[in-house]
Amino acid sequence: MKAGVTLQHRLGDFTLDAAFEFGESPCVTALFGPSGAGKSTVLAAIAGLFRPQSGRIALGGEVLFDSERRIFVPARDRRVGIVFQDARLFPHMNVHANLLYGWRRAAARAQDQTIDAVIALLGLEELLARKPRTLSGGERARVALGRALLMGPRALLLDEPLTALDALRKAEILPYLERLVQETKIPMLYVSHALDEVTRLADRMVVLNEGRIVAEGSLFDVTARLDLFTGKHRLPGAVLEAQIARHDEPHGLTELAFDGEILVVPHIGRTIGDKVRIRIDADDVMLALTRPEGLSANNILAAEISAIREDGPNADVQLRLNGALLIARITRRSLERLDLKPGTQVFALIKSVTVGGRESS
Amino acid sequence: MEGFLTAAELEALDLSLRVAFVAVLADLPFAFFAALLLARCRFRGKPLVDGLIHLPLVLPPVALGYLLLISFGTRAPLGAFLFANFGIRFVFSWTGAALAAAILTFPFQVRAIRLSLEAQDRGLAEAAETLGAGAFDRLLSLYIPLAAPGILAGLVTAFAACLGEFGAIITFVSNIPGETRTIPLAIYTAIQAPGGEAAAARLAALSIMLALAGLVLADWVAGRTRMLIGQ
Repeated sequence: MKAGVTLQHRLGDFTLDAAFEFGESPCVTALFGPSGAGKSTVLAAIAGLFRPQSGRIALGGEVLFDSERRIFVPARDRRVGIVFQDARLFPHMNVHANLLYGWRRAAARAQDQTIDAVIALLGLEELLARKPRTLSGGERARVALGRALLMGPRALLLDEPLTALDALRKAEILPYLERLVQETKIPMLYVSHALDEVTRLADRMVVLNEGRIVAEGSLFDVTARLDLFTGKHRLPGAVLEAQIARHDEPHGLTELAFDGEILVVPHIGRTIGDKVRIRIDADDVMLALTRPEGLSANNILAAEISAIREDGPNADVQLRLNGALLIARITRRSLERLDLKPGTQVFALIKSVTVGGRESS
Repeated sequence: MEGFLTAAELEALDLSLRVAFVAVLADLPFAFFAALLLARCRFRGKPLVDGLIHLPLVLPPVALGYLLLISFGTRAPLGAFLFANFGIRFVFSWTGAALAAAILTFPFQVRAIRLSLEAQDRGLAEAAETLGAGAFDRLLSLYIPLAAPGILAGLVTAFAACLGEFGAIITFVSNIPGETRTIPLAIYTAIQAPGGEAAAARLAALSIMLALAGLVLADWVAGRTRMLIGQ
């Protein structure tokens, strides 16, 4: 199912003018951007909680909002699930009643087995009789997810569901979200300003800044762009997809294959052939003009410079390795000293790789 | 109780409780919708509606009693109409006392319920809406249960205020033993009669006990409800 969103809204100084699509396989789209970019407003408009001044929102074949044709389907009839940052569980109901709130009101109710399956998927068996007040932040987020899933949504909107959680709770809930993405085929729009969540879950990325879409495309292309984020919004580095190629048990290492190259990382407990997301932070990439010899570094990749953007004393250098893109952050002095230009052949020394959400060097 | 109170005093107690119960329960649905209107809706003339609802708080009860008398008297148009068509008569009847008490204590209930509605997280209503709940559904499944502590607090405050109502009752429905003589009116009557001090003291003591019992009960009930709705 494909969802098309076009909307314009003006409120004081802020203008929202966004058009993008989500939902087609691959099904998880991240709506990414700094706070105040208008992400939550876009989500509210899709859910029907907010009526933009003009635009059109369609889901599958059905028009949910069309300002020209004066169509506005109310939120309760949209069957668009939303998971809020603050969970918004009903405090006077226990977890079980919260989970079934949308299920009871759905026109086409899911089977009873589905309820059990969702409860199992999110690990909620032990929580059913508890009141939301007694739950931890991570548990609340899981219940909110289950509640939205059980209403039988045509699309699922996640509004920074992990932002309120500390790193430990995030690590607790991310595996559930990953399973959710793999096991349900529901189109998802995942709003976040945290790249680590996005890199684990999303396939496509829509970048919103100051009310406008500044980039839309595959996660790998968007994270490797140099022009999108500057200053404090700068992304830490590019995201790539790699495959587990070989385990080097005696040394406790795993070899990852991507784009015809091999990356060596500390052992990952996954089977050979599995695909994993890796993030290579720009600060962890060094450049050399000739293949360095006698170095301890394991990961040295040949690449060609495809773009350069200078930024204060530093320079971000985009590297092309066959098909994949990487970013290296070096000083402007090094840039001049090595006389680096687009087209220059270099060797990238990678000091550290983040696999999935976990750091490993 | 029989040994402590005379038959006439028991009658006053029974009447007081009956008037208060009927008044607060009859008020409740109206008070809830008035509170919902004030808490959730924006419309022109809202300050006027707000003022009208709160008018009984500042209006002298005797003035209200007089207004009721000239509207609901059997020879007044409204009173005559109700009596002729439905056989309802408010003047000189305990139902009139309940009507006067209901009007006077209406703002107590509205205020308490409004506060608890305003304290509710609007985000919960949004969540319910996306889960398929319409307006009436949200009212039943969210607003009312979450407002339960406010509703109960309003009921108890209004009940206590009803028990103390004097001016409007004596003006509207007079002081008829067994029909409209509630505890405050009985105290007043006892003081007026020679040698009635002992009766007045007993009735005053009864008032104090009722008030204390009400407060303790209200506190306990409020605690229980807050626990039940998970706050």
